[in-house]
Amino acid sequence: MLNASLKDLSSSLAQKKISSLELTKLFLGRIAALNGKLNAFITVDEEKSLAQARVADGRIAKRASQPLTGIPVAHKDIFVARDWPTTCGSKILSNFIGPYDAHVIDRFNDAGAVSLGKTNMDEFAMGSSSESSFYGPVKNPWSTDCVPGGSSGGSAAAVAARMAPAATGTDTGGSIRQPAALSGVCGLKPTYGLVSRYGMIAFASSLDQGGPMAKSAEDLALLLNVMAGFDPRDSTSIERDAEDYARDLNKPLLGLRVGVPNEHFGKGLAPDVGKAVEAALAQLEKLGAKRIPVALPNSGLSVPAYYAIAPAEASSNLSRFDGARYGYRAKDYRDLADMYCRTRAEGFGAEVRRRILIGTYVLSHGYYDAYYLKAQKIRRLIANDFTEAFKRCDVVIGPTSPTVAFRIGAKTSDPVQMYLNDIYTIPANLAGLPAASIPCGFGAGGLPVGLHLVGNYFSEAKILNVAHQYQRETDWHAREPAGLKQ
Amino acid sequence: MPLTPKEVLDIAALARIGIGEAEAQAVQADLNNIFELIGQMRRVDTEGVEPMSHALDLTLRLREDKVSETDQRELFQSIAPQKEAGLYLVPKVIE
Repeated sequence: MLNASLKDLSSSLAQKKISSLELTKLFLGRIAALNGKLNAFITVDEEKSLAQARVADGRIAKRASQPLTGIPVAHKDIFVARDWPTTCGSKILSNFIGPYDAHVIDRFNDAGAVSLGKTNMDEFAMGSSSESSFYGPVKNPWSTDCVPGGSSGGSAAAVAARMAPAATGTDTGGSIRQPAALSGVCGLKPTYGLVSRYGMIAFASSLDQGGPMAKSAEDLALLLNVMAGFDPRDSTSIERDAEDYARDLNKPLLGLRVGVPNEHFGKGLAPDVGKAVEAALAQLEKLGAKRIPVALPNSGLSVPAYYAIAPAEASSNLSRFDGARYGYRAKDYRDLADMYCRTRAEGFGAEVRRRILIGTYVLSHGYYDAYYLKAQKIRRLIANDFTEAFKRCDVVIGPTSPTVAFRIGAKTSDPVQMYLNDIYTIPANLAGLPAASIPCGFGAGGLPVGLHLVGNYFSEAKILNVAHQYQRETDWHAREPAGLKQ
Repeated sequence: MPLTPKEVLDIAALARIGIGEAEAQAVQADLNNIFELIGQMRRVDTEGVEPMSHALDLTLRLREDKVSETDQRELFQSIAPQKEAGLYLVPKVIE
């Protein structure tokens, strides 16, 4: 059951081979056994989970179930959930109990899914290693000396360690895909606007996008079917007809045009990662895909542009954390301004403070044109590169991350080195394109390598089709970390 | 143009983050490295390029002028650090 696909879990539930209560207890037991080692969850509440499971069992008994009814799912602690502590990995929200449900939580509740708890993450989703959490670093299930990637590292580790069949994540610069790659699981960042941001604590609003994390492309499709959809409460939510993201999974890849950008295979790419990605491209060619060189000439500027845009938006979004209405408030202060300054100095960790300072500076008088406006122009060039590329190919494929998982602490003292982890993932966020990472082998130290697939706007079904066909021929996605057996 | 510790303190004041001289010194080096990274943008000529503020061409939706939310003051204030008689309490602003 721990390794079963969502489809298999769903049919086991329908056939009464297992109840949602039993299934939920199984995963809660797994969490209890492994969380001390991995720190993937910030909050677990067995009573709440089991109550949801009982309701789901009632629905199943009445034959009123949907594909995810009764299936346990872990949620990144960035999604506000009613009556659940919602911390966003920060001290400043350490006492925050969600007064309402995020749209994504609503959708899973409506589908009858069971929440397994809230997963650990980089504070306010700012990071690529899940080390900046106030609640301590998450450990990589493949090697507990290593990071799981970030910021959705708790969700990635939970799925990798089979503490949850599936999880939610959010991706602003790679925060679903990079931890998926480093932890050996699958993750999809949908087209910007497909999944509502309502109740998803904002980091950089023009880039933030929620998405699913799971063991296979097929599971991602089932999860996206639940998560995607118009929500009037998000001003950038897209009004489109509902789609079945699993509809094209079984299409053959014959004639598929795979664009391979030279820029993502150059200096900085570790040889072990490059080798695994090359092997995956060869496998796709065997399945009938054609390899086409494409150019993303401005790709190299995505990290610089991102570090002007994302912190600028963050500095504005995070101004709401002031100790006045909710969250942490400093103990001693002289006056209102001092209350703000102390609350924010004590409540935010070093990386969040750093990004707020960057953002405040790039938006300040006299620097706006040189940094923020310049970055928005480069953002246009990066998006144009993809427009050109997609005239010649159906999907752009390369590595998700330049290296396999690195050791805990290896990059914490050098923010720029940490930022460069997202060099291949950031361009899709800037352009707003859908992109996924799926396991494609192992590199140094037996650590997982991720394959990055970027599609044109709203081509999630195509990306999942390519990923699923690849996964029918390979078993990298089915491997699980050794040494975690209960 | 590298930031001075004084500039770091000024930015922190704008951002309402209380940092001392010592932290300003420590943060200064990190920020300068990051601004060197961001500064790579200067390599590209962007004359005439239209800034892209958003991934999609969107216009703000209008909604009907109808009440959609109910009053949940008690619920929302139940997590406030300090409150009294339905009001949030903060230090006195006007003497």
